Amino acid sequence: MIQFEHYLIVSALLFCIGLLGVLTRKNLLVLYMSLELMLNAANLALVAASRFHDNLNGQIMVFFIITVAAAEVSVGLALIVALFRRRQTTNVQDLSELKL
Amino acid sequence: MNAFLSWSILLAPITAAVLIGLFTKQNSKLSSKLSIGAIGFSFLMTLLLAAVNSGTPEIPVTSSVTWLEVGGLKVELGMIIDPLSMMMLLVVTGVGTAIHIFSLGYMKDDPSLGRYFGFLSLFTFSMLGIVLASNFFQMFIFWELVGVSSYLLIGFWFERKPAAAACQKAFIVNRLGDFGFLIGIILIWSITGSLDFGEISGAFTENPALLGASTAIAGLLIFCGVLGKSAQFPLHVWLPDAMEGPTPVSALIHAATMVAAGVYLLCRTLFLFELPTSWPEDFAWLNGVSSLHIVALIGAITSIMAALIATRQDDIKRILAYSTLSQLGYMVMAVGLGGAAAGMFHLTTHAFFKALLFLGAGSVIYAAHHEQDIWKLGGLRKKMPVTFWTFLIGTLALCGAPPFSGFYSKEEVLLAAYQSNVVLFVLAAITAVLTTFYMFRLVFVAFGGSAKSESADHAHESPSVMTTPLVFLAVLSVVGGWLGIGGYFGHFFDHGAVHHGHHENQTVVMFIGIGAIIFGFFPAFFMYHGAESDPLKKGLGGIGEFLKNRMLIDEAYQWFISRTHEALARLADWIDRWILAGFLVKGIQFTGEFTGRALRLAQTGNTQTYALLFGLGLAVALFVILL
Repeated sequence: MIQFEHYLIVSALLFCIGLLGVLTRKNLLVLYMSLELMLNAANLALVAASRFHDNLNGQIMVFFIITVAAAEVSVGLALIVALFRRRQTTNVQDLSELKL
Repeated sequence: MNAFLSWSILLAPITAAVLIGLFTKQNSKLSSKLSIGAIGFSFLMTLLLAAVNSGTPEIPVTSSVTWLEVGGLKVELGMIIDPLSMMMLLVVTGVGTAIHIFSLGYMKDDPSLGRYFGFLSLFTFSMLGIVLASNFFQMFIFWELVGVSSYLLIGFWFERKPAAAACQKAFIVNRLGDFGFLIGIILIWSITGSLDFGEISGAFTENPALLGASTAIAGLLIFCGVLGKSAQFPLHVWLPDAMEGPTPVSALIHAATMVAAGVYLLCRTLFLFELPTSWPEDFAWLNGVSSLHIVALIGAITSIMAALIATRQDDIKRILAYSTLSQLGYMVMAVGLGGAAAGMFHLTTHAFFKALLFLGAGSVIYAAHHEQDIWKLGGLRKKMPVTFWTFLIGTLALCGAPPFSGFYSKEEVLLAAYQSNVVLFVLAAITAVLTTFYMFRLVFVAFGGSAKSESADHAHESPSVMTTPLVFLAVLSVVGGWLGIGGYFGHFFDHGAVHHGHHENQTVVMFIGIGAIIFGFFPAFFMYHGAESDPLKKGLGGIGEFLKNRMLIDEAYQWFISRTHEALARLADWIDRWILAGFLVKGIQFTGEFTGRALRLAQTGNTQTYALLFGLGLAVALFVILL
């Protein structure tokens, strides 16, 4: 029988993979995908909690997150495209102009 | 009627001052007319007031309005009219009118004549305020106003450096004395709960021990104000320097009126000094010495010291300035010895003849194109007859030659000394000898002989606008002494302490006084009649230099101040530079900047470093919150 803990473990694993991706990869697109992974790990945890506690609030929350994430992704991708057009690169380590 | 007259006497000059200051300053003709008109009006009103009150001289008239009332402090703006203030009013407005008119000639070519007359009117107002003040608070306000207007007038030619320095010196030295005066007022108020002269003196009549142990201290604190305004030792240093002002100002302020304010204050608050003296425990060794003794001693020291210095000065105005100091010392000494009437009498006659002498000096300076060194004058007797004869009358009056006014008043002063203290009497007699000596030295050198410089050679008599006041004051200098015959001034002080001289004493003192004139005149005659240079220059050697350098008192102050005040200033500067600015201000700035620089190292610009730090921070936060 699959318990609540199992879902949480999967969710935590997904979150960690996403975090690791954010911290180690160089390409902005990959970084972005890792971020989405972290978001969805949180979504998974929320849905599981909603299911096991018979409370629909969690699922409603997830709908909102997915909607907002879709909007955010479209803005983010547009920024990445614009950046690439200007700089011809998507490597995060090349984007360090904001320090003094 | 009295109230109306006294208020109009007081308010006329300030009206003129305000009008000049606000509207007519640029118009010197109109300004001078306003100012002279105002003081002339005050003089006429004073005469009228004197006439109205002539039948009842013993009753002091006071009128007052409440000015402010805060808790226990009730301050009134009052008028006190008794024979004492009446006399002072006559002196201030009468002599003042003559000097205002004289100024018209003396200051004729000055571009800022309007400002000058505005200041003169302000001064007249302040001085009349002192005279009429019925309480300590009002007295103090006008006291300070006199200080301010004196400052403005000494520094009238502020573009000249010595004048600018002199006016500051005068103001600061006066403030020094006034500080004690203010503390004295507060002390008296805190014990008696009143500021009104009449109320306080009434309280003392009921209970002479009211002030307890601080009786003498209170008197001496009030006397501090006198030290400053009447330029008594050791605060006398400002008066000779104040000669940097225009000469009519020296005549008005630094001879006839302002410096007399101190003596007037002493007489006005005499009830305080006449209380049985008691000292606080720390001053127990002073028991038996009353505050009046100290007053008399200071007066005597001032008079002999100033007379000694005057014998070795070459500037005509400085000689007169030291002479003023010396005579003020006489007055203070007389009051200190219980002869307040003699002091007031001498104050009155001195105002006449010293104003005359200063105006005479002004006339000489005007004629000789601002030459003030007596050794560069000479031969003016024939060229300026009116000035010479009036100056001679002033000199004779100052020396106390009969029948001029100074004879009567000086004799009263000497008599007061003779009856109370032999040592002070001897000092006063020596001062009288010296007075005659230095005054005739001045007359012989400046007016006699032949002209010793081109400007003196080209001198001619001053215009009548200047000689008329001279003649007016000369007449007063001759007849002014007759006022005092029959003890008129003795009526001012109906609460005792008036000496009624014995006839024998009076004769002895009179002969000593005349002897002093002879002893002073002949050395001056033999040494300076027709002299081309000062024979005493070599004769006195080191002492002469010492006196010429004004007994090095200014240098002593300089030395003392550079040791104390400047050491303090240096300490304050060090604290400011190193602790306030260095440690505190710069320290705060450094801390902020250093922290900023250190934190900047964390800003790598690498997004992933930020993400890592953010993640770690979050982990730590969660760890703390959850566990």
